[in-house]
Amino acid sequence: MTTQPVVELTGITVEFPPVTALAGVDFRLYPGEIHALMGENGAGKSTLIKALTGVYQTSSGTIAVDGTERRFTGPGDARAHGISTVYQEVNLCGNLTVAENIMLGAAEPRMLGGLHWPRMRRLAAQHLERMGLDIDPGSSLDSHSLAVQQLVAICRATVSDCKVLILDEPTSSLDADEVESLFAVMRRLRDSGVAILFVSHFLDQIYEVSDRMTVLRNGGLVGEWATAELAAGDLVKHMIGKSAQVLESVERGHDAARPGDGEPRLQAIGLGRKGSIQPYDLEVYPGEVVGLAGLLGSGRTELARLLTGADRSDSGTTLVEGTARKLHNPRAAMAHGIAYTSEDRKGEGIVDGLTVRENIVLAMQAERGWVRPLPRRQVDEIVAGYIDQLGIRPADPEALVRNLSGGNQQKVLLARWLATAPKLLVLDEPTRGIDVGAKAEIQKLVAELAAEGMSVVFISAELEEVLRLSHRIAVLRDRKVVATVGSEGTTTDHIVDLIARGDITEGDAA
Amino acid sequence: MTATTPVRSAAGWASTVRLDPRYLPVLGTFVVLALMLAIGGTRYDNFLTPIVYSNLFINNAHLIALAVGMTFVILTGGIDLSVGSVLALSTVIIASLLEAGWPVAVVLPVAVLAGSVIGLAHGVMIQVFGVQPFVATLAGMFFARGLCFVIAPESIPISDPAFTALAGWDSWMGYFRTTTAVVIALVLVAIGFVVLHYTRFGRTVYAIGGGEQSAMLMGLAVARTKVGAYVVSGTCAALGGMLFAMGNRSGYALNGVAMELDAIAAVVIGGTLLTGGTGFVLGSLLGVLTLGTIQTVIQFEGNLSSWWTKIVIGVLLLVFVVLQRALSLRKT
Repeated sequence: MTTQPVVELTGITVEFPPVTALAGVDFRLYPGEIHALMGENGAGKSTLIKALTGVYQTSSGTIAVDGTERRFTGPGDARAHGISTVYQEVNLCGNLTVAENIMLGAAEPRMLGGLHWPRMRRLAAQHLERMGLDIDPGSSLDSHSLAVQQLVAICRATVSDCKVLILDEPTSSLDADEVESLFAVMRRLRDSGVAILFVSHFLDQIYEVSDRMTVLRNGGLVGEWATAELAAGDLVKHMIGKSAQVLESVERGHDAARPGDGEPRLQAIGLGRKGSIQPYDLEVYPGEVVGLAGLLGSGRTELARLLTGADRSDSGTTLVEGTARKLHNPRAAMAHGIAYTSEDRKGEGIVDGLTVRENIVLAMQAERGWVRPLPRRQVDEIVAGYIDQLGIRPADPEALVRNLSGGNQQKVLLARWLATAPKLLVLDEPTRGIDVGAKAEIQKLVAELAAEGMSVVFISAELEEVLRLSHRIAVLRDRKVVATVGSEGTTTDHIVDLIARGDITEGDAA
Repeated sequence: MTATTPVRSAAGWASTVRLDPRYLPVLGTFVVLALMLAIGGTRYDNFLTPIVYSNLFINNAHLIALAVGMTFVILTGGIDLSVGSVLALSTVIIASLLEAGWPVAVVLPVAVLAGSVIGLAHGVMIQVFGVQPFVATLAGMFFARGLCFVIAPESIPISDPAFTALAGWDSWMGYFRTTTAVVIALVLVAIGFVVLHYTRFGRTVYAIGGGEQSAMLMGLAVARTKVGAYVVSGTCAALGGMLFAMGNRSGYALNGVAMELDAIAAVVIGGTLLTGGTGFVLGSLLGVLTLGTIQTVIQFEGNLSSWWTKIVIGVLLLVFVVLQRALSLRKT
């Protein structure tokens, strides 16, 4: 491509002291291409988009649009210069008509100071037709499916002179047919010369629709490739990276009971939920750690939520120690000794305005019911025990959890569930965003718990961690369990291959 | 390669032929109103007469004005509790200024402007300082009511000849009688309708009710429009006070106590959702007429306590809210 890039970012750095969210990233976008922006959670994709559209201020680097250096004051300003963004959620007004959602704000036709409805409908119909959408512009937006609403949002973005269209995960809530029609529209826009920046977690989609891709990792640029020249396996490696972390080696409890010994503690048969995760089978034996591996959005969390009753399944059954049980909510799961710690530590885990003591006894107290409060002396003993055992710092039961570091908050959360003496512990990203020392401690704890006979389902974005801790690993891709492999003799490369290709090479579990 | 099958939505062109679900609540109100008129007509001899219809409008002109303003505010997802007090303030200002010898042409604009200013204060408190609409307008309600008593604790009769002439004007269309107050109220409804449906301001009012964040991201003037809705409500309330003064020929600090609740009831019965974004000003007019009809029926019944009006309104309100809930549940 010899043409001038429509957008060129050079050495962009964005800092939220003390964190550097983007470090000297270069990015080029050419007219008439679909450019995929790739990276795991926290890689800096959203930050890059927000830096471009003026939501975040850059601390260094330049943004050039059509060769002219620019600094936008916000999305409105960026839009005025031909850069429109369509977000994952449809940011339109469902109670208004389709025509209004497309035209209102800048482009609506007026007459005598008022709106000219017939012309507004006619113009909207023309724009819709250009996108290949055959819907009544006078119908209310609410009456259409999410996919059509998403397309209407894109239509709105292209009404005013649009040179660059940013699509931030537009496909995450669409089904296959809907994604196809979205892609058709994207190709049509590309062929008319619009530059499209596309963010998606689905590798298939990236390979189907994009021309080039830029990969980010931990706020830094990994590289830029033509899609045809980068194999999926290499892409995944670039995204995940080889984290050269020096962790104390954690020994798996290899001598613990292996799968096949006795009855599984928890067995899911054809468990699934439409639009969330396809039906899967999974069994967890006593003393076993089952790891879940896959990219963000592959269904790791969704699988765990179904397993623990946090979401309701719409197909399949769950057997707890051989008996079919309905786990409709986390409380029912708790009653059967199943505990779940969410990946959203702040939102769904700790209560940050309460003390360490209160947080730890929360689940235990909930199990007993509020009419039978735990005696204070017993509470103090339990709390002191866990603070000591898990090494929670500061070792003060009355400290507010808000003031603890991420790793210590995670330990408090773990202590809360351990206090209920669960038989199966589901840990969703327990080591994310915490320092190396705390990470190693938590890994060690998981290994010890398994050695004592507890079953653990362990989810982490870091493959090495999953591989080191787990006896068996279920590999997920695009909301589907594609393989289950034993960790013995398996390498991260093998798992990366499975994630990238999704080959059903049913691994030998024993 | 761009040749693709056009995307068809389930609710395509066909939906225009069928009844739009948005009109269902208003239609429900209309049916209830018609039903009540029919029941009244079969029970009482002189019920279905032009006099009764005319009085329905004449007696409720001020409430129509309040309901028009309230519709704007509720459409944005807000509420205005001050309208009853602002109505009283307006009557007191008009009566006391006329008593002091000011000309009508100055007094009426001053009174209406006072309402606009109070509305503006509400809007600024809500938009700029992020105060809950409930709290901001509650403060405004106490403020306006208190101000009434500061200006004039006693009822002031209005004897200004120009004002009484204006208020006393009426016209007969066949057997139907209209007064100045009714004409003003109906003109307000018409203006409200045009503004809500044919201006960017009006459509932004709906957009804010549909999703404030989305409206903002669509680049609409959210802040200005939200403040504007409260100004409209304050202005309508003051106009309501003017119409009330025309009916009563007096200004009194205790006018319109709890009338804001009647206005809210009329708007809700008229099919406007309290969560905002859905509703029509014509529905609010039907809501006011429904309330008026209930009152008329109970008057005709004769031996019933007038408090039965409140009970029927309460029941009706409940039925309508449940009905709307059922409709919106079915839709999702």
